[in-house]
Amino acid sequence: MRTAFIRSLMEVASQDPRIVLLTGDLGFAVLDEFRAKYPAQFYNVGVAEQNLAGVATGLALAGHVVFTYSIGNFPTLRCLEQLRNDVCYHNADVKIVTVGGGLSYGTLGVSHFATEDLAILRALPNVTVVAPGDPSEVAQLVPQIVGRPGPVYLRLGRAGEKVVHAPGVEVVLGRPTRARAGSNVLLLTAGGMLPVALEAADLLEDDELDAEVVSVHTLKPLDTEEICALAARFPVVVTCEEHSAIGGLGGAVAEVLLEAGIAPTFRRFALSPGFPAGVGSQEYLRKVNALDAPALQALVLSLTGTRRSAGPRFAARQSG
Amino acid sequence: MERARPASEPLPSRRLTPDELPQLAQQIRVAALRMISRANAAHVGTVFSCAELLACLYGRILRVRPDQPAWPGRDRFVMSKGHGSAGLYAALALRGFFPRERLDEFSVDGGSLYGHVTHRGVPGVDVSTGALGHGLALAVGFAAGAMRQAAPWRVYALLSDGECDEGSTWEAALLAPVWKQSNLTAVIDYNKIQSLGRVDEVVPLEPFAEKWKAFGWDTREVDGHDIPGVLEALDPERWVPANRPRCIIAHTIKGKGVSFMEDALLWHYRTPKGEEYERALAELERSA
Repeated sequence: MRTAFIRSLMEVASQDPRIVLLTGDLGFAVLDEFRAKYPAQFYNVGVAEQNLAGVATGLALAGHVVFTYSIGNFPTLRCLEQLRNDVCYHNADVKIVTVGGGLSYGTLGVSHFATEDLAILRALPNVTVVAPGDPSEVAQLVPQIVGRPGPVYLRLGRAGEKVVHAPGVEVVLGRPTRARAGSNVLLLTAGGMLPVALEAADLLEDDELDAEVVSVHTLKPLDTEEICALAARFPVVVTCEEHSAIGGLGGAVAEVLLEAGIAPTFRRFALSPGFPAGVGSQEYLRKVNALDAPALQALVLSLTGTRRSAGPRFAARQSG
Repeated sequence: MERARPASEPLPSRRLTPDELPQLAQQIRVAALRMISRANAAHVGTVFSCAELLACLYGRILRVRPDQPAWPGRDRFVMSKGHGSAGLYAALALRGFFPRERLDEFSVDGGSLYGHVTHRGVPGVDVSTGALGHGLALAVGFAAGAMRQAAPWRVYALLSDGECDEGSTWEAALLAPVWKQSNLTAVIDYNKIQSLGRVDEVVPLEPFAEKWKAFGWDTREVDGHDIPGVLEALDPERWVPANRPRCIIAHTIKGKGVSFMEDALLWHYRTPKGEEYERALAELERSA
């Protein structure tokens, strides 16, 4: 995703001198080409995320479209008040880009797990929250993010994710993107859980379940109309995200459905609200934290009552 | 030589002469005293310490157009000490950015002038502040923007001494000299009193000027109530550092202008009411 991001950003930056990229001293190798090609559009503010957010706001208010780039929690939680008071209150054209969404940096430990960012950013006024599901979404969304006035939070994974959408799929900011049509179960995904949900959908085929998978890359503003229309067609709805069960996609969808009086069997497939257990690769951590495709398959089966039951453990872990 | 004007008479909208600035400073104090009193608000001491600084900036230094607040070529001003909002709003109204009557909307039910600086619907305010330690980074961003566009406008930030406790202030202080921001001026209202006590007793900043110098700022210390000295320091024509930002440490007195408010922590909080209000007003009018 990170590669798709920087390629796409270079394309738009070559056409639009208002675009500048600020890094908080991260992006080794990733940002090199941008820096070499567009030196006048590149700034490194050093290891100083509060400054990153404040300087970005000033630059934006002076007429630029500013991308800030860093890892997970650094340009978000470290400078949360700057995001709120400076970026969001001024509705500044600052696009906050993080890499390492969820457990992408699994071996690096808790400091590098970005597992509450969606909830926290979603609560801030004026900011659009975007968590693309694969590199093709990233490539299509970046120019749209440039064109959308005001703050945007773009949560990326790492490098090397596979493109899972079929070629030619149109990705529109603010609108969910269907990755797989189905009839029994609706899997709504945020960010890098898209391929996991597709894998689970394949597994569910053996259980004679036909899952629809939709990437809700834009968590805010949520396309409530489309979410309601989708959910009304399925008896079982599961939200999937590599994020705390509190306040992310699951919370957003639950709020919408309950208020609309749409009541499918609903579960959040997400991390329990504690700190994720263990250290290791993203794949390993997904497994030990019950966030991989077999775990999703088991959860769906428990909800549909089809064959083996996984019991309520995934759904009941959320304790607030 | 112009005739002497009564202290309360509106000053002309043109760029003021140095002789007219003391009057603007006192008018800022009087307006802020009234606003704070009727709103049962706080921070009168912090407004009074920077009244001359605001008067010099808005009367003479800043290239702004009150009738065209969003003029792209304007100098940008960041009131980083957002709790001094009454002083900023007063300066803007007195310079014609909006009618003086609107100052009644300060910090009251349904009012439009919030207790900490807001840009929302307030002509002449570029950025909102209120949480300390944000302003210098915003100013560095503005200055970077001007440099990128090779625009001639300048950037001024007014900081409190207390917000120099914030790490974020020093993040910005580190960066501006690296980016050779000679279009940036930080003015520090060094009134020596912060929220819970004297700066020297809470978290001492001394050697203060040396810190800014060590960070790479062209730094001067001035008496923040001495208008000719402040002008001399602020005027970009008279002090032109090459390739680095300017820092003006303005030694000031909290509550300056009212004898019983001067150098007293109490007036960071207390609302001037009743007899105290009358005495304060009388002292200000007498000195004007």
